[in-house]
Amino acid sequence: MAEPLLDIRGLKTWFKTDDGMVRAVDGVSLSIDRGETLGVVGESGCGKTVTARSVLKLIDMPPGRFEAGQILWQGRDLIPLDETEMNKIRAREIAIIFQEPMTSLNPVYTVGDQIAEVIELHQKLSRKQAMVGAADMLKLVNIPNPERRVHDYPHQFSGGMRQRVMIAMALSCQPKLLIADEPTTALDVTIQAQILELMQEMKERFGMAIMLITHAMGVVAETTQRVVVMYAGKVVEEAPVGALFGDPRHPYTQGLIRSIPRVDRSAGRQARLESIPGTVPSLLDPPPGCRFAARCRYVMPACTQAIPPLKEVAPGHKVACIL
Amino acid sequence: MSNTDALLSVRDLRKHFAVKGGVLSRVIDKVHAVDGVSFDIGAGETLGLVGESGCGKSTTGRCILRLIEPSSGEIWFDGADVTKMDATALRSLRRDMQIIFQDPYASLNPRLTVGAIVGEALTIHNLAKSRRAHEERVVQLLETVGLQADHMRRFPHEFSGGQRQRIGIARALAVEPKLIVCDEPVSALDVSIQAQVINLLEDLQEQFGLTYLFIAHDLSVVEHISTRIAVMYLGRVVEIAPARDLYDTPLHPYSEALLSAVPIPDPTVKRQRIMLQGDVPNPINPPSGCHFHTRCPIAKPDCATRVPELRESRPGHWVSCHYRG
Repeated sequence: MAEPLLDIRGLKTWFKTDDGMVRAVDGVSLSIDRGETLGVVGESGCGKTVTARSVLKLIDMPPGRFEAGQILWQGRDLIPLDETEMNKIRAREIAIIFQEPMTSLNPVYTVGDQIAEVIELHQKLSRKQAMVGAADMLKLVNIPNPERRVHDYPHQFSGGMRQRVMIAMALSCQPKLLIADEPTTALDVTIQAQILELMQEMKERFGMAIMLITHAMGVVAETTQRVVVMYAGKVVEEAPVGALFGDPRHPYTQGLIRSIPRVDRSAGRQARLESIPGTVPSLLDPPPGCRFAARCRYVMPACTQAIPPLKEVAPGHKVACIL
Repeated sequence: MSNTDALLSVRDLRKHFAVKGGVLSRVIDKVHAVDGVSFDIGAGETLGLVGESGCGKSTTGRCILRLIEPSSGEIWFDGADVTKMDATALRSLRRDMQIIFQDPYASLNPRLTVGAIVGEALTIHNLAKSRRAHEERVVQLLETVGLQADHMRRFPHEFSGGQRQRIGIARALAVEPKLIVCDEPVSALDVSIQAQVINLLEDLQEQFGLTYLFIAHDLSVVEHISTRIAVMYLGRVVEIAPARDLYDTPLHPYSEALLSAVPIPDPTVKRQRIMLQGDVPNPINPPSGCHFHTRCPIAKPDCATRVPELRESRPGHWVSCHYRG
């Protein structure tokens, strides 16, 4: 098998706080192949965003630190790299877009300046050429009047348009991997549909891989090929998208899928939603054994003794559950 | 739409916010946040109010409680017009009408204990005879929403988002209201917690015969909990129908596009998606005629000039479009 584009092995990103060590990412392994769309799903605090930011080393250290693991980018470990070397990877090879486009754009520069800066820096072009490139990028993401809009400031764009600007900026150096961290969470549903379609279009055009981080199962089902489900800092299940929704194996994944009301097939009010009792455990002092045990309906004594390893139950389908 | 046994009837509700500008802060423009909204809610029913950001759904909910003063229109609740009530009448109205907010972090006073938050309304409305009765009632309310008696001495920051939403629900229930306006009550919660709160709201409705106005942007949640649904766009209701009807046969092109945009959590389902072009127009200067004509896939020239009326196209199914229904 060909070497994966990105191969994260046993990553542990911990944060030192006054109350102790928060194990935000606690032994995560996942990989992404060239041109693939991988979904990473989970609820708030499951470590999906920290995993994504770890890849680009956008974690403040301290309080954060890499406790263990490797992040292999085309076979080369990123963890020992210094800032200068990381900057060669960022944007040019791996780009990232965030949930809230307003806070990730600088309000005092025009969007043209911000996109041109990336192009100038990474492609060694003159400012003038870079500005032309910036307008081309805005055109590519379907922003009307790109030649005029490059001179506008972020506040002059709507939420959906700002996310288009972020995508334009991220794609300006034609990265091999785009990390999209909840890219449509802050957007209305009709705008979300537009942005997801744009990402798909861009992926086909540039042949890049996408790591899509989200809590929305519907978005995952419609846009990804493979999915990693995270819970309390660990991967609990990994499967091709069809298998994950058709035959979810981990009790957490099952609960997650069943607790979503569905627009397309619903018995209306008669059907009660299945809910997962309790709340996510604290990552300060995580319980021993399986972290889902306290909320799991199939819990057995053995569950609380040792952490279940991720086992392959079908080709490409891995589950961390002793059942 | 006239419904004799409606608990709440909203008629031609309007709310205009002034836009001030210039050195003298003069009113230079108006935002038509709510622009002639009418609907009824029957006792024991849940009316879902959906639409995208800025469509006026939250403003509508707040006008009903007069947390925001409506600019014009009528709001009939239990035979009285809420818009004409004085302060005393309003205070007693709030015993019958309560609200639950979206953000469980911002809507609870961080300096008060949970017991004080939930018990405040009991004191204001004189609902507990003695100190002991007061405490017993608070405990009972906490237990009703799935919290424990010893939680009453704790502060909001000690609770998770889902638990805080339960505290907000207990506070609303304290006065035994008839109607609760739920303003995006589960939008800030994770899916597994969201299901817990939705189930709780359904249980409470059954137990106490509550009526809900359920405001949300998540169509799957609204479809699940509502008996009927009203779809809003730029301050106006474009369609009202029984929940199932709306999802099976949406009539308004906007409702249709909105529904088709909802991602389905099942990779085997492939649907035709109606992609709307552009963004929602600015409500300061909304498009003429039908507000939706600038983005509508079936718009004809006269849509830009004629405002469509909300009319009953099938029994119980109302739509405001010149060419549908």
